[in-house]
Amino acid sequence: MATLADLKISEVKLSEEQTGKWGMVIDQDICTGCQACVAACAMENNISFVGEEDSGYGRSMHWIRIERFWEGEYPEVKMTPNQPILCQQCGSAPCEPVCPVFATVHSQAEQLNLQVYNRCVGTRYCANNCPYQVRSFNWRDYERPEPLPNQLNPDVTVRRRGVMEKCTFCIQRIQKAQDQAKGEGREVVDGEFTTACAQACPASAITFGRVDDPESLVSRLTEQNYGVKHLEELGTLPRVTYFKGG
Amino acid sequence: MSEKKNHAEHAHGEEHLREKHLMLDPLPRGQMNEMVMESMQTTSWKFWVVFAILSVIVAYGLFYSWGVMIAEGLGVAGVNRPAYWGIFLVNTVFWIGISHAGTFISAILRVFKAEFRRPFTRAAELMTTFGLVQAGFSIFMHMGRVWLSYWLMPYPNQRMLWPNLHSPLTWDLLAITTYLLSSTMYLFLPLIPDVAMARDRSTGWRKTFYKILALGFRGTEGEWTHLRNAMGIFAWAIIPVMFSVHTIVSWDFAAATRPGWNSTIFGPYFVVGALHSGMGAVVMVLAIVRGTMKNMKYFIRPEHFDAISKLMLIISMAWAYFFFNDYMVQWYGGDKWTKQLMHFQEAGPMGWMWFAMLIFNIAIPWAVLWNARWRATPWIVFIVGLLINVGMWFERYIIIPVSLSINRMPFTWRLYEPGIEIPLGIGTLAFFILLYMAASRLIPLVPVWEVQEGQMAHELKKYGRETVVSVSELE
Repeated sequence: MATLADLKISEVKLSEEQTGKWGMVIDQDICTGCQACVAACAMENNISFVGEEDSGYGRSMHWIRIERFWEGEYPEVKMTPNQPILCQQCGSAPCEPVCPVFATVHSQAEQLNLQVYNRCVGTRYCANNCPYQVRSFNWRDYERPEPLPNQLNPDVTVRRRGVMEKCTFCIQRIQKAQDQAKGEGREVVDGEFTTACAQACPASAITFGRVDDPESLVSRLTEQNYGVKHLEELGTLPRVTYFKGG
Repeated sequence: MSEKKNHAEHAHGEEHLREKHLMLDPLPRGQMNEMVMESMQTTSWKFWVVFAILSVIVAYGLFYSWGVMIAEGLGVAGVNRPAYWGIFLVNTVFWIGISHAGTFISAILRVFKAEFRRPFTRAAELMTTFGLVQAGFSIFMHMGRVWLSYWLMPYPNQRMLWPNLHSPLTWDLLAITTYLLSSTMYLFLPLIPDVAMARDRSTGWRKTFYKILALGFRGTEGEWTHLRNAMGIFAWAIIPVMFSVHTIVSWDFAAATRPGWNSTIFGPYFVVGALHSGMGAVVMVLAIVRGTMKNMKYFIRPEHFDAISKLMLIISMAWAYFFFNDYMVQWYGGDKWTKQLMHFQEAGPMGWMWFAMLIFNIAIPWAVLWNARWRATPWIVFIVGLLINVGMWFERYIIIPVSLSINRMPFTWRLYEPGIEIPLGIGTLAFFILLYMAASRLIPLVPVWEVQEGQMAHELKKYGRETVVSVSELE
């Protein structure tokens, strides 16, 4: 007689929406919390520098942040592993249905959550509904003193005040790699390109790639059974797997 | 009017009833019309001083501050991560709540033929329309790029881009627009005979103004039949609109995946909350109108405060019931984030607000409104109404920015501190009062024809020694 234990999760056929296309693995055990990913992301994606005061008031705009906690009562405190949090690119994203103007939409081709900056009217409903709190809002037009404008990435839109933004899994890099591969008549090779945060990580704690390709590094890492996904119980189908205590 | 009432020494049953009830105390129709016209055309210097002060507050608080915010971005407000929504949304919900009392008093009491409604239906309907105007202001202020707010409207465009009908905000916009349009029409229909009356009794620009508003109403039998039919349809049809609009406002929160928001009872809880603050606002308005406008002591009497206070007491009990339901069921659910949030609401830095809400919304109305003498005293009910409104504002504040401070990512927990929201909020309040003051001098605040109709239907009859009130059916 079949018992409940015979039903293996791996045997359940997952739809494309459930598996996703691009994914990430973050190993918290080797993350040193150096913030190189935060800096690289800000430079790659033209993220505004909001200044000390606004940042202290919860208005920092980084698309990836390193969360640090400690456990226990002072002085017997123990640091928990650093936890880099970025948009989890949910397969069933709570941010998407609530936008009244379709500024936050799902890319069927890339299985990513997109934010259409020039469609956003700034109701901020998506940010309220994001369980991971990874969306950042342009509270002001932040200044970019000379020579910082020379550093702007021409592949990424510069956002103005009043619009929402968030991690895109460096979609400009995805597009570039896919265009190049298409021109050469081949598929994108695993490891051919990666996101800015993964590229900058000195400890290689971040791995990015195709989760729908079982041979890719990120898929092979994901299959190790000590990975967890954040707030998976909400049914958001997050694409980022975290390793902790492996 | 006072010599008429000084019959205390001879007060026998009939006199007492006449003094107490407007419906049993008829005046000649011409005289009553003149009284309403007089109340509308009389302004003292105090009126203009208050008007000027409010205009300055509106100019600075609403328009200048909003201009600054549009130019600088929402950074000048207090919203942050995680409290992406703040006082703007609190005020939106608050003003929509205020607007509910107008429809409740006017439409529900009309279809149930509650006779005490007659002298103040218009005062309540005006609150609906002007409250919705402030709600509209508040929700547009809240937007990051308000100059593109027309993108929320379904309009034909070359790119075939439509609003997202999955989003509760789209439902909200449709519901509020429907409510604003239908409540304005519902305000206008019973106004027609009164502006026709005013047209026949005024000269100059007022005559032109009333002539346009009266749409040529002359009071023929056919016109009255059409008017009554239209009002009958609107009074019934607007009741579901009223229930739906605040239910949909509550879905902005209830449909979100957030601890404390994702509650199935939010729909009726918000409707009752809206009625709670709305009734409080109606008694405040009536107390001010009675105290400051000429001839209003004849129309608005202690019996009316008594009747509305009874409703307030019942609604306060209903609100307490829903509040208990919402909190208790969520607490029993045992979700760890909800528990964190509830602890934060009661014991966190904003805990005083949570307890003040319960005192203002439940304890004070229950302690005061059981007493018939206190219920009929305008200043006492005014204070109770004011406290209920403060309490209901606190309730929305707790639901929006306080609850947003706690989420599933403890790293982002942070308190919300209001910034430019304060002048903007005061600006909407001042604008509401300003619109109301202007309207009180432009359109008859008392529906004279309704009062006269009611007085015609009421009769005192003597059965033996007993004086009995009899009401005949007019329609």
